[in-house]
Amino acid sequence: MTAPALSAQDLTIGYRRRSQGDVLLAQGLDLDLQCGALVGLLGPNGVGKSTLLRTLAGMQKPLAGRVLIKGQDSASLTAQMRARHLSLVLTAAPQPDLMHGYALVALGRHPHSDWLGRLSEADHRAIARAIQAVGADDIADQPLAQLSDGQRQKLMIARALAQEADVMLLDEPTAYLDLPRRVETMQLLKQLARSTARAILLSTHDLDLALRSCDQLWLMSAAGIVCGAPEDLVLAGHLGETFSADGIRFDARSGAFLLDTAPGPRVRVNGEGAAAIWMRRALARNGYALTDESSAIEVRQRANGAGQQWQIRRQDRASEHATIQAVLDALESEGA
Amino acid sequence: MSQLAGKAAHHATAERIGARKASNRRSASRASRQFTGARPMVLILLLALLGALLLLSLALGSAMIPFDQIVGVLLSGEADQPAWTNIVLKFRLPKTLTAMLAGMALGVSGLLMQTWFRNPLAEPFVLGVSSGASLGVALVVLTAGAGGGALLAGLGMAGDLLLTVAAGLGAAITMGLVLLVAARIQSSVTLLILGLMFGYLVAALVSLLLYFALPERIQAYINWTFGSFSGVTGSQLPVLAYIVLAGLLLSAALVKPLNALLLGEDYARSLGVDLRLTRIGIVLATALLVSAVTAFCGPIAFIGIAVPHLCRALLASADHRLLLPGTCLAGACVALCASIIAELPGNNLVLPLNVVTALLGAPVVMLVVLRAMRGKP
Repeated sequence: MTAPALSAQDLTIGYRRRSQGDVLLAQGLDLDLQCGALVGLLGPNGVGKSTLLRTLAGMQKPLAGRVLIKGQDSASLTAQMRARHLSLVLTAAPQPDLMHGYALVALGRHPHSDWLGRLSEADHRAIARAIQAVGADDIADQPLAQLSDGQRQKLMIARALAQEADVMLLDEPTAYLDLPRRVETMQLLKQLARSTARAILLSTHDLDLALRSCDQLWLMSAAGIVCGAPEDLVLAGHLGETFSADGIRFDARSGAFLLDTAPGPRVRVNGEGAAAIWMRRALARNGYALTDESSAIEVRQRANGAGQQWQIRRQDRASEHATIQAVLDALESEGA
Repeated sequence: MSQLAGKAAHHATAERIGARKASNRRSASRASRQFTGARPMVLILLLALLGALLLLSLALGSAMIPFDQIVGVLLSGEADQPAWTNIVLKFRLPKTLTAMLAGMALGVSGLLMQTWFRNPLAEPFVLGVSSGASLGVALVVLTAGAGGGALLAGLGMAGDLLLTVAAGLGAAITMGLVLLVAARIQSSVTLLILGLMFGYLVAALVSLLLYFALPERIQAYINWTFGSFSGVTGSQLPVLAYIVLAGLLLSAALVKPLNALLLGEDYARSLGVDLRLTRIGIVLATALLVSAVTAFCGPIAFIGIAVPHLCRALLASADHRLLLPGTCLAGACVALCASIIAELPGNNLVLPLNVVTALLGAPVVMLVVLRAMRGKP
């Protein structure tokens, strides 16, 4: 295994305050970020995700310990040298007036260009590669003021790519984007981590998407940070612990947070394919306990039930229904 | 097996997309080399306009001098009548060059302030320079003892020089203080507020001095606040020119960090900008430019805030590699225009410079900015 692109040694993060003593957010962190991996930083609000990212990026000083970039102490690097190893994307994409997409991405070449910021042929190639990699060819020649949040954020990521740094840190880059754009951005980052062998660390509140896309998760809680593959962390119960709150629990089977309601009547769904999956979701949403036991009420999917796709079977009677809504209504009215 | 076939199909599509993207890429990089959307031709037009205004400024005045004689003086240093030579070289040329230098300095320092504070309302005086200069002048004019009588009687050569030194000292001390604070305080907003508060503080002191001063002395102070390009003599001009040149060169060295600062300080730092060094550079450049102009010409309003906006609208670009020469040229043009109009050609009356800059300039800028806004969402 090669030296990690970015690592933290015995890192303590927080804020110095003059009068009431320092605010410590996390202590004694030992973290490694490897090239080629997309790592998600998850944790409840206020736990210090942004502070950790800012400290790793060298934007604020650690209270103790150190940050190593390719084995070199980050504090000993100049801003320009750091910028060659580490790029940054923040939540809100700035919207400077009178600037075009290409010029924005070109700013990423700053750590490599001369004092005037003149671009060489190689710089232009790097910019074009970055624009192509994020799929922003069609918006590169447009003024930023005419672009959407998602398009501007795409260009900000392209700018970070054009910086050609091994490490890319993103602080909730998808917070202002709609769901398809978030999925698209995560897929893009995952693919970039692989194809360009970069180490990408992003903080996010999008648990579901992080579980599906990230190679590794850093779960941050007041107790510290737990690292591992998303699935391992789920099975070990760490996800539930990190986000534990009254009335909400993490369901390891579905990979989602559920409202902790009293278990309702037990229902068994008999069927397959998308229809059965969504039937189960609908039942779970309405508080029914899904089970495989044969004693429960059975909701059966009918293969040839023209128009009447669903059948509810109890010990004594059966009824037929066309839609999921109809099944729910029937279960409700019969007191299950 | 089917997976492999799928992969092959995927490759074929990818190649087609790749070819299309390659052609896009070529057009994108071509566009960038023309400063995407910017209009560098405007710089050449501004340069031509500046040349025309320069000649006009030399040609117009209370004494009628034929135009060929003006050109003759410039080329050979001699006109048919010695009086004409005298008027052009001793009065009109210094005034014209002073206006150009002041316009450049104020335009560029306005650009620095607006970019650094990311605030379109920022202007060269937000850091309190003119306040410091006005306090220096007020102290000299309003409290001058026995020796002040002669000064106020005619405001002769020595008096002018004294005012220049007082304003320069006031401005330099203020900027020194701001520089000290800027080296320690990280937040530009904090610095902006400190500068504004300092301005109020000094304005209060000046008001206090005015309150207890004799009326004719107050008039002398007010005359200074009107601003003027005509007070700089040929021997003082090089001093102004060197300081302004130093400030402009320092600003030119800052264009790259200024471009990065368009994304905000966090992004600028992540792009490798040394924020502390940049902050000191910006404050120092502004200090040089604005202190020199305020000392020699008084607190000239409007040019510093308006010229950068004018330039952005004309050049349609946020790139400081264009905006810096642009504000230089446009600043010089605007200052020359104001200077020409203030003298009311064909008349012996001279209007206060600050009246002209704002009265004529503000509507023009309103028009330009409104026109630039059109077509935007």
